Amino acid sequence: MKKLINRPEDAVREALEGVALAHPGRLTVHLDPHYIVRADAPVLGKVALVSGGGSGHEPMHGGFVGPGMLDAACPGEVFTSPTPDQMLAATQAVDGGAGVLHIVKNYTGDVMNFEMAAELARDAGATVEQVVIDDDVAVRDSLYTAGRRGVGATVLAEKICGAAAEQGRSLADVAALCHRVNTEARSMGMALTSCTVPMAGKPTFTLTDAQMEIGIGIHGEPGREQRAVAPVHEIVALLAQAVVEDLPFAPGDEVLAFVNGMGATPLMELHIVFRELHRFLDERGIAVKRCLVGPYMTALDMAGCSLTLLRLDDELTALWDAPVDTSGLRWGA
Amino acid sequence: MSETVTAAGVRAWLLAFADAVAAHRDELTELDAAIGDADHGTNMDRGMRAVADRLTDDPGGPAALCKLVGMTLISTVGGAAGPLYGTFFLELGKAAGERTELGVADWAAAFQAGVDGVQRRGKAEAGDKTMLDALLPAAAALRAAGGGDALLDEALLAAAEAAARGMKATVPLVARKGRASYLGERSAGHQDPGATSSWLLLETAAGAMGGSASGAERAAGAMGGGTAAAHDAGAAPA
Repeated sequence: MKKLINRPEDAVREALEGVALAHPGRLTVHLDPHYIVRADAPVLGKVALVSGGGSGHEPMHGGFVGPGMLDAACPGEVFTSPTPDQMLAATQAVDGGAGVLHIVKNYTGDVMNFEMAAELARDAGATVEQVVIDDDVAVRDSLYTAGRRGVGATVLAEKICGAAAEQGRSLADVAALCHRVNTEARSMGMALTSCTVPMAGKPTFTLTDAQMEIGIGIHGEPGREQRAVAPVHEIVALLAQAVVEDLPFAPGDEVLAFVNGMGATPLMELHIVFRELHRFLDERGIAVKRCLVGPYMTALDMAGCSLTLLRLDDELTALWDAPVDTSGLRWGA
Repeated sequence: MSETVTAAGVRAWLLAFADAVAAHRDELTELDAAIGDADHGTNMDRGMRAVADRLTDDPGGPAALCKLVGMTLISTVGGAAGPLYGTFFLELGKAAGERTELGVADWAAAFQAGVDGVQRRGKAEAGDKTMLDALLPAAAALRAAGGGDALLDEALLAAAEAAARGMKATVPLVARKGRASYLGERSAGHQDPGATSSWLLLETAAGAMGGSASGAERAAGAMGGGTAAAHDAGAAPA
């Protein structure tokens, strides 16, 4: 393993210390336990948004803390859910009296730890709602799986709900909006290479130069199948077809199209993917009204991408366009 | 060797489990890499190191010890294993109550309460390819021993053997819970990492509290076998 990491066991803490030094005045980074809050927290009278998950997906979630998006983020160890004490401390630090929404990605550990945190926070007098994001169509949602994974829609939900909270909407409203984003969004990803978890020191899985993994998760957990690598338009068609069929998206729909990089894929390639996706949607009468292209929800050093489509209406579009001022996403502010 | 479970016994068990997890950290992580996300060994090792550090304080009886362990695991492990093992020890401690020593039947009942807690938290069933596939048969073996007149060492050994069988039986199973469930049929042919760490828990209990002194060594041998089997199966395209 060749990494810009001193000692694997120190990687998360040292990265957080770097974040604190890079964003003074914007973020407050707590190291015992680990959580990041916007510097002006708590914002009195505003619904507070807390998310969290394993580290290694940066800029998600810490990079989305700030006005117009999250109030706090709880980073776990690499690819490992954070713990209830982190979530409890973050919840209490940002609670401005209007309630706290936990945005949780659907992974067994994340769901269990956030459930325990909500129990503890409620026992301590906080009003907490939780919304679980599960937009990954690569996983069959059935009694026989942990259910669909939370992927790209998480970024969109955090942005849109952050804007709604900033407008002074109630906790029930913001939670309902979060559910709606999750209901209207679908995603699927693919990998060209594995990622290397620093503590493990070697790639999680192997793909030959001729293979790709379709339906990859953001922790290197395999998806639907391994296939021979193909031209970009074929890969995009494979992913986009699964996404479009699942909701389903229909001719006349207006969408936000999100092409996400997994960490080791250059922006040039992501734009080539976006070009193919745009073409694919055009041909089916689906209008790309807004877009996001870049590495926003990564899987360490994995090469690959994911596609997310969110069906827009005027409300969601306006909330997407509203100002946001975080290290990872910033416009209008 | 003692006829009852005492605070000293529980402490020795936890230290032995911490050692076993440290010794098998990489194997647990490799099992997890095959069907999960390659962190089970490192997460459990981080948690049990924290437990071992805090055991230098004197927390009192078995119940207080178990509570300390549960809270430590919940706040240090993360992932799914943190809440699950944490809940196990919290419920085990609650059921142990104020007693300073527990006979086989009392220990079996307390252990069952811990396993029930895991089942409530994780909402898994037997055969879902999870840690419960080792814990449920172990709890049943303990209860059966507690219902008879088995000595503590016999009961703990029976539980460890039941856990070992349960662990090995996860190899052909298709996972229905946790990250391994994303693999569907591809999860078959691999031993479940959670069931493997749970078996280490039972194996070290037999070694440290039941007097099968070579528990850790037996653990090393069986662990190696389990890992090799999983790799052999994994080498063939599933």
